[in-house]
This record gives sequence, structure tokens and C-alpha cells, in this order.
Amino acid sequence: MPNFGASPGATTTSKSVFHLWQGFSIAAIIVGGLTLLLIIYAAFRYRRKSENIPKQSQYHIPLEAFYTVVPILIVFGLFAATLIVENKETANPKTNVTINVLAFQWGWKFTYPGSNALVYGQTTQEPEMVMPVNTNVHINLRSSDVIHGFYVHAFNFSRYALPGVLNQFTFRAVNTGTYFGQCTQLCGLYHSLMWFRVKVVTPTQYQAWLASYDNPTAAAAAKSAGKATKQQVSSIVPSKTTSSKGDN
Amino acid sequence: MRVEAKVLLGLGLFFGLMFAVYWHYSNEDAGGVMMFGGMLLGFLPGGYYYWWSRRMKPRPEDNPGATQSEGAGVVGAFPSSSIWPFTLGCGCFLMVLALVFGIWLVIPGVGLVGWAFLGGTAEGRRSGKH
Amino acid sequence: MTDVLPHPVDQVTVEHVHEDLHEEHHGPTGILKWMTSTDHKVIGMSYTVTSVIMMVIGGLFAEIIRAQLASPNAHLVSLAQYNELFTMHGSVMIYLFAGPFAFGALANIIVPLQIGAPDMAFPRLNALSYWLYLFGSLTMLSGFFTAGGAANFGWVAYAPLSNSLNTPGSGADLWIGGLLLTGFSAIFTGVNLCATIFYLRAPGMTMFRMPIFTWNLMVTAILILLAFPVLTAGLIMLYCDRHFGTHIFSVAGGGVPVLWQHIFWFWGHPEVYILALPFFGMVTEIIAVFSRKPVFGYKGMIFATLSIAALSLGVWAHHMYTTGVVLLPFFAIMSLLIAVPTGIKMFNWIGTMWRGEIWFSTAMLMAVGFLITFLIGGLTGIFLASPPLDFFTHDTYFVVAHFHSVVMALVLGAMGGLYYWGPKITGYMLNETYGKIQFWFLFIGTQVFTIPGYILGLDGMPRRIAMYPHDPQWQTLNQISTLGAILIGISTIVFVANIAYSWKKYPAGDNPWDAQTLEWFTTSPPPHHNYYRLPQIRSERPTWDYNHPGHTASPHGHHVEEESEQEVPVA
Repeated sequence: MPNFGASPGATTTSKSVFHLWQGFSIAAIIVGGLTLLLIIYAAFRYRRKSENIPKQSQYHIPLEAFYTVVPILIVFGLFAATLIVENKETANPKTNVTINVLAFQWGWKFTYPGSNALVYGQTTQEPEMVMPVNTNVHINLRSSDVIHGFYVHAFNFSRYALPGVLNQFTFRAVNTGTYFGQCTQLCGLYHSLMWFRVKVVTPTQYQAWLASYDNPTAAAAAKSAGKATKQQVSSIVPSKTTSSKGDN
Repeated sequence: MRVEAKVLLGLGLFFGLMFAVYWHYSNEDAGGVMMFGGMLLGFLPGGYYYWWSRRMKPRPEDNPGATQSEGAGVVGAFPSSSIWPFTLGCGCFLMVLALVFGIWLVIPGVGLVGWAFLGGTAEGRRSGKH
Repeated sequence: MTDVLPHPVDQVTVEHVHEDLHEEHHGPTGILKWMTSTDHKVIGMSYTVTSVIMMVIGGLFAEIIRAQLASPNAHLVSLAQYNELFTMHGSVMIYLFAGPFAFGALANIIVPLQIGAPDMAFPRLNALSYWLYLFGSLTMLSGFFTAGGAANFGWVAYAPLSNSLNTPGSGADLWIGGLLLTGFSAIFTGVNLCATIFYLRAPGMTMFRMPIFTWNLMVTAILILLAFPVLTAGLIMLYCDRHFGTHIFSVAGGGVPVLWQHIFWFWGHPEVYILALPFFGMVTEIIAVFSRKPVFGYKGMIFATLSIAALSLGVWAHHMYTTGVVLLPFFAIMSLLIAVPTGIKMFNWIGTMWRGEIWFSTAMLMAVGFLITFLIGGLTGIFLASPPLDFFTHDTYFVVAHFHSVVMALVLGAMGGLYYWGPKITGYMLNETYGKIQFWFLFIGTQVFTIPGYILGLDGMPRRIAMYPHDPQWQTLNQISTLGAILIGISTIVFVANIAYSWKKYPAGDNPWDAQTLEWFTTSPPPHHNYYRLPQIRSERPTWDYNHPGHTASPHGHHVEEESEQEVPVA
């Protein structure tokens, strides 16, 4: 089946969302295609051929009832499918890994409760959030100033970081790799460049990465990075960037 | 006026149902209040028109068999050219600019608004003729 | 085209309180005449000219945006200027062009004519609406001349980005002030439309004989009265937060930022139907006239319009799915349901064309272009109604493409309305060849502009970004989209050229299109207070019934027994 522009993504829920997308696309193509054919057919077939006044048909109750009821049924079908996937996405299964994500103008900070790991970066520094594959990872999303959008294309997902609100959701990545993310909700001057990465690694690699922060020098460096105040990023002229979508 | 009344009452009823369902499942204040307000905006004028439509004499525009002669006579008061809308608009303009450029602008703004209200009311009492 | 046949009708001069019919105007002339006019036709023309100028201004901003996005790392404008550009592009197009054009321009001119009224119910209030609109537009645009520039927080002004800490300049306050003025302008127009339609119909013009355009404007007016006060209240709250130390939308003071979104979108969603319904009405009239058929499913159309209006008040949070704090299933089902009445309208339009004798004048081309474009935009909206699908398309170019498909469809409808009613309003036709050239640039340009946007959004391109250096592979589709924007710009130039070329060149008669509704019974342009005489009104097509008495509408096209026994030669 064609993917209709979307992709299955790297998590369990992203694949469900992808299948929902395909289902909606098929329904849209059938209904839309039929309607488009009717419009084009009518435009050509009923072009003016004479000055005669055509039959002045005004209504046709059975036909009108048909195209009232059938769309209602289609809508209920789409709604049912929506609910199934939505419940999967908003579910909160048991998780062993929790990551706190803080969005701010104009970067991201990732902290791992229960460990010293801390990742911090502004704009094109593209801070990297590491998580283990085939594990339920719980995300706590917050903002320290304005609304930001936490968006990872490969996860088929985005959520607002709202000041004063804790947004929580769970991912279970099934493919290792590095996935690009960026802010999608207008947040001011450097909104276009509020980049981050998600790196999905094996559980062993993940543990090793966490442990690396227990090294005192590394821990201190991470702490000071976390305390860094917003620096004015004077000129952003990223030249050649390495595209890190989907590469290991 | 019955159709107009039914349109408004129907909308009010629909908003009421929507409000009830929404409130029950979400208890969300902002949306609840706004939908409740929408319901009132359907019921209040709609109720009034419904009450009024049962008491009023049938109008020619509600009579499918009416002839144009039934509409002869004075249709209403339609003031022709008037400077007061422009004046009132200028006054409001100044009052809004006061929000940005300094509160003192409210003085000429209110002045123009008041002048327009007086002038417009006097003009209305003359039925728009000069 | 069609001669006015001798026919037994009531020919009664409806007296007006003004003896203007008998006295010459001693009134003001020149610019003072324009400043003091309360004639709905003059006011409507002022709205038309002003809103089209706003469309051109908004369009210029769009061309700069598209030029910037044609390469991944352009420096055509600074990051700050870019934020101003897309904010003002959206604001000008929605608040200053589409809305006023929809309910202030053609509506003002045509609604009283269609119901046989001498003017709007409150002519001076009508004039006030125009001045508030003009001054509001100037207020909003004057932000560009301030030190901090114009508003730059998106046309939706989300809190906390729009508070005084994050957006300190006066451009934002001018934006708020401008919207206060235009908001009241709209509310007064809503009052005027309701009062006019409820109280000033001609004898025999029952509610179910009103043209669909007028029905749609009545429903639009009710929506305006429901929605605009909410926006006005929200704007006042925002101003208070910015300047009077309140904390309605700020966390620090115990406020709730997402409250702004609830208030804004409770207005914002009905607003898009306030924009759409008048154009739906225009297209309905055009398709019926140029297919030489009555509107198919007249009552179904009205039911659909009312359903859209009713549902539109319950879907606002589909703009807020990704906040994580709204009741997803409720808004999902309500948003999906709006597809049903929209579909009914679409099939009724096709049914009107079906077995007709269609003439593809410019107006009809625009209407069919509207059908196709709105079909695409409407279908993509259904995807967005589903929260899981919205989670990954929200704030991407998929959404941008969706709403541009829909609004460009409205622009096609607007152009159709101008070509259709232009002759009635001005007394002169527009050139059809120029019109067809304009149509093809506009229609093809729209698809070339929007379709790459869908693909880019699905590929992950966010909206409101000034550059995409991380993903240079997006450049090709962006360039194609920019080309589409250029084609649309060319269509606007052709439109203006047409107006200049056709200026007072082709006098129109009373009814150049052999059209059906009441306004085509009077002269082009109509006289002061609109009608010297009115025909008998026995259906929703009084002019058609008068001109073609053997062809009144019937369920399946069977000829109805005529009450009149007079032989009437067919034109």
C-alpha cells in the first residue's frame, strides 16, 4: 500500500498513526476522487449546446438523503478508527525510563531523573536526547517561558510545551537511529532554529551513556551547562549542516 | 416572524445540547461559559421573536400570496447623507490610538464621540432630513 | 438577452419616507459625498475597494515570504522582519481583506437588493462600520512605522509570546487596537444584516424564498454576533495583561496561558465559517444562473448552512489538540461531523450543474475552480480533525497548505462574485478574455502553490520558519510553491488590468446573465433606494419567473400547471 506522503516512523505508536493516515487517505481518495469526477464530468457533459431551457429540477429527496446519511456513516467510521489510535497514543504504560524535557527560548534541556545525565543546547547546537530502544520511555515536557512545540518527525508526534503545565506522554522506539526534532510553535526570534536530536540506542549503550555522567568532571561540566543563562546567539549562519535524519 | 424565531431557537437548542455534553465530559470553564453564552444568544432573541410572532399581525413579507401593493407606503426611515458616522468613527479611532500613543488622545476622541452622538441623535429626530 | 415581456405583474411604486424619487439631490458632492454617504451601495463599494487593496498588501507580504523560502538559507529579510511578515500577512488577509470582503462588500450591496429593500435597516450604522474598518486597518498597519515594527507573534497572538515581556513594542498594541475597531465594525454589520433580513423584505419574499446568498449572510451575521464579542473581550484582556498589570494569561500571576487559545479559537473557528459562508452563497448563485437551473436542494442547502454554523461553535479546540489539555474525542467527532453538511453543499452544487446548459463565463469558471479547490482543502481538513493525525501535521506546512487551499477557493469565489455582480453594481461588464486569463493563472497558481506544501508538511517542514538549512532537500518543493505564488500574483495584475481596460466600456443591461434573483429586476446600477417597481414574488427566483413563466422550478422537472392562461412567447 502506498504511504500517501507519510512514513511509519520509529516507534510503536508512530506505526499506528501511519496506518490511520493510510486509512484516511484511502477514504479521502475514494470520496474526493468520485466528487472530482462528478464535477469534471458535469462541466464537460452539460456544456451549453442550445438556447433551450433545461428541466428545472429542484430537489430529489432520496438522492439528498443518500448523500447525507452515507457521509455520516463514513464520519463515524473515521471517528472509531481515530479513537483506537488516540487511546494508544495517550496511554501511560509502565515505564522504566523517564526523561524531563525543558523547552526554553531558544533551546532544549534534557535531564534524566535518578541520574546525573544532563544535555543542554541552544538553537543549532542541536542537543541530543538519548533513549533506549524497545523500552517504554516516559517524557515530562515543560516550558520555562513561552509555548514551544516538541516535534519529532520520525515519531509522528508533537506536543506543546506549555508554561505552567506538565505534559506527559510515552514513546516506545523500535528502531535505533538518530532522529531530528525541532520546535514547531512560534516562540520568538530564533524559532526557526530551535533544533534537537533524539538518539535511540541499545539498552547497553544507554546505560553506558548514563554512567558516563557519573564521572565527576563530566558531571560538573553538565551541571554548569545546565546553569548557563540564555546567551544571545549573535549571528546564526549555519553553513553546511550534517543531515542527521535516520542515520546511526 | 416564525421562521426567524425558529432558526434562533433551533440554534439555541443545539448550543444547549452541545454545552450539556461538553460540560459533562470536560468541566472546562472557558468553553463551557462560551457555549452557554451561545445558547443564551439563541434563546433570548429567538424566544422574544417567537412570543412576538404569535401576537403580531401577519406581515406582507411573511405571506406567500402577498402582492406588492400590500407593501405600499412608508417602509422605514433611511437617513440620507450624514457626517456623524464619520465623526464617530474618527472619535473611536483617536480613542484606540490613545491606547498606544498617549492617554491624552482620549480627550479629543471622547469629544468627537460625544459630538457625533448629539449630532446623530438630533439628526435622527429630524428623520434624517436636513 | 431576454426581453421583459408584457406580463401581469403588480407594478407599484413603493413609497419611501424620502421624497428623493421626486426631488433632485442637493446633497454634498465629491469627497464629502463619499464621507457622508449612507447608501449601502456606496458603502459596499468602499468596502470592496478597501478590502481588495488590503488583499494586494497582504499579497505583497506573501510574495516576500515565498521569495525568502525559495532557498534554504536566504537572507532576504532578517529573522525579526520575517516574523512580522507572516504575522501581518495572515492578519491583513484574514482581518482586513477576507472578513470585510465577505460580509461588508458584496453583502452590503446585494442583500438589500435581493430582498427588495430600499437600503440596510440602519444606514448610518452601516457607514460607521465602514469607517471603523478603515481606521482599524490603518491602525494595524501603522505598526510598521513604529520603532519595534509591526506585530510579530503570528496572526493568532498566542500568550505568553504576546505579553509585554516577550513582545514589548507598540506594534503589538496597534495590532490589538486595530482589531478592536474592526471587531466592532463587524458586530455592527452583523446587527444590520440581521435587522435588514428580518424586517425589510418585500411583500411575498418569505424566508424560504430568499436567495441562498442572503440566507448565508443571515447565518453569517448570527455567527458574527456570537463570535466577535468573544474576540473583543480576549483582546481587551490581552491589552490589560500587557499594560495594566493583570495576569490573566501569565503563569506567574496565577493565570492560564492556554485560556487565550480557548478564547481566541472560540472566535477563530466560527470566523473561518464567517469567511466561507458568504462565498458559498455567491458560488451557489453563480452556478444556478450559468447552468440555467434552479438551486438544487434549496432547503437542503439551508439546513446544511445552519448545521455548519451550529457545529462551528463546538469545534474550536481542534486548533489546540497538541496542547494536551483539551477533550479530544468531543472535538474530534464535532470536527469530523462538519464534513457532512459541507459535503451536502458540494453535492447540491454538482446537482445544480447536472443536466443544465452551462456557459463558462469567467464567473462560472471561478465557481467551478472554487468547487475543485475547496474539495481539496476540505478533504485535507478531515485529516486534521483526527487528533492522532493532527499531532504530526500540526504547525507544519500541511496545515498551511490546507488553509491556503480553502482560502484560495474563497478568493476564486470572490472573483466570481465580482465578475457576476460587477455589471449590476457598476452598470458595466468586465472583459471576458482578461477574465479567463486571470482565472487560469489564479486556479493553476493556487494548486502549484499549495500542493508542495502538503508534501513538505508531511516531510516534517514546520510553519513560521524563516529558513530550513537543516533540510536543504526541501528547496525544490519550496521553489515550486514560490512559483505558484508568483502565478497568483500575476492573476491579480491581470485583474487590475481588466478593470482598467474595461472601464466604462461595455454597458450592461438590467440582466446580462439572464439571472434569477430579485436584484436582476432593477436597473444596472440600481437607482437611489433600489427599486422603481417590484415584480410579484412567488418563488426564490422572482426575476426568472417573470422572464420565463413556463419554466418555474419543480421537483423533477415536470412542468407545473400554470395559473396564468396567457400565452407567453419564449425569448
